[in-house]
Amino acid sequence: MALPRAQTAKIILSGADLQRVVDRIAHQILEKTSGATGTVLLGIPTRGVPLARRLAARIHAFEGIDVPVGALDITLYRDDLRLHATRALGKTELPGDGIDGRRVILVDDVLFSGRTVRAALDAISDVGRPSSVQLAVLVDRGHRELPIRADYVGKNIPTALEESVRVSLAETDDGVDEVKLTGGVR
Amino acid sequence: MIRHLRSAADLDADTATLILDTAAEMAALAGREVKKLPALRGRTVVNLFYEDSTRTRISFEAAAKRLSADVINFSAKGSSVSKGESLKDTALTLQAMGADAVVIRHPASGAPHRLATWVDGSVINAGDGTHEHPTQALLDAYTMRSRLGKLDGLRVAIVGDVLHSRVARSNVLLLTTLGAKVTLVGPPTLIPLWPGADVSYDLDSVLPDADVVMMLRVQTERMQDSYFPSAREYSRRYGLDAPRMRKLPDHAIVMHPGPMNRGMEIAPEVADSARSTIVEQVANGVSARMAVLYLLLGGKA
Repeated sequence: MALPRAQTAKIILSGADLQRVVDRIAHQILEKTSGATGTVLLGIPTRGVPLARRLAARIHAFEGIDVPVGALDITLYRDDLRLHATRALGKTELPGDGIDGRRVILVDDVLFSGRTVRAALDAISDVGRPSSVQLAVLVDRGHRELPIRADYVGKNIPTALEESVRVSLAETDDGVDEVKLTGGVR
Repeated sequence: MIRHLRSAADLDADTATLILDTAAEMAALAGREVKKLPALRGRTVVNLFYEDSTRTRISFEAAAKRLSADVINFSAKGSSVSKGESLKDTALTLQAMGADAVVIRHPASGAPHRLATWVDGSVINAGDGTHEHPTQALLDAYTMRSRLGKLDGLRVAIVGDVLHSRVARSNVLLLTTLGAKVTLVGPPTLIPLWPGADVSYDLDSVLPDADVVMMLRVQTERMQDSYFPSAREYSRRYGLDAPRMRKLPDHAIVMHPGPMNRGMEIAPEVADSARSTIVEQVANGVSARMAVLYLLLGGKA
């Protein structure tokens, strides 16, 4: 039996990096959506929701525009429910005016297989009919299993399948903003 | 997660709270345009009903369908049961048809426990004899929590025919697990001594301190003896009418699992008052049962 080799943990984005990345995506959203008109940010729990709130806060700081923010839980739409023990549900909270006819920007922390986004697209079609749907992610780590791509990417990180990307945010993980790459053998 | 829901005693505080939290999410989904969710696509839920029931069967059916499960309704009347088929043979038939869950209502206490030893799928007790009705207790607890904000420390009076009530037993088990204080109220002939619950034979003395009053139906179909002199006397001592309702604190709610005997255990003006949660309980029943079905069937078997 081979001995387990030392596990590496590499910091990919520090707190300050993460803030800059969020700022940049906020600017890109403003640019690509002509001032975020008719736009709704929908975060995917758990970490997509605080990220969506941060983007909205930055957009407000830059141009004084209030973009509605919501949360969209996709647990019941997952295609791997049967492969795991039952998952607890997250919160779904749509903005008061709904998403019909709006440009929805889905926000998530890590884009990996693309299956979460597929589930989110299904969930969206059950709650309304947006005029278009875009995707913003903090980290794109590759290894897509579905034809899905992001419109706004914080950082592209080439990874090995056995590695994992750990995003921690002040709102959800003990007050630390950080993205780490762990596991795998180097 | 647990595999079967045979008794409210199957649930510890954490599991019960998870079910109530999940029910809250399910209730939020019920307000949308498309109510159907794909979580249980391809799963089969059998409603096996050996006793008459409207709301429980429809509620389970609606819950399973909203989660996209296939539903097979089986009622004893007009089936092979009336030709004398035993519960075991019926169970094996359902097993062969590939039921992922069996929701059973049966006049014999303990039938769901026996059934669970014969089938591979999950067994959900939808009322067995005078024993238990755990999903009713879950929807009641959910209703109390959504109206009053908490369960811990809540004072709940369960009034009436407690002896024959599976609703009362499941409620006592679940509510005490979740930290509520339960008092059983009724004529001495209909009040058993159950661990964890206080007893009172005087409704008027209990009302001023109650957060919740749960009125039970007088189950004439389960009473072979005379437990009280007359319906009128019962109603006068233990029925909830408008003057009695005024003794309750302002925030208190009035519950009834249905079906009601209006004018017997509950006066119409009470049943239709703003304190009454009776219609809410029906809506919450679907959410609570969706939560149970999802948590029992949603994951890896």
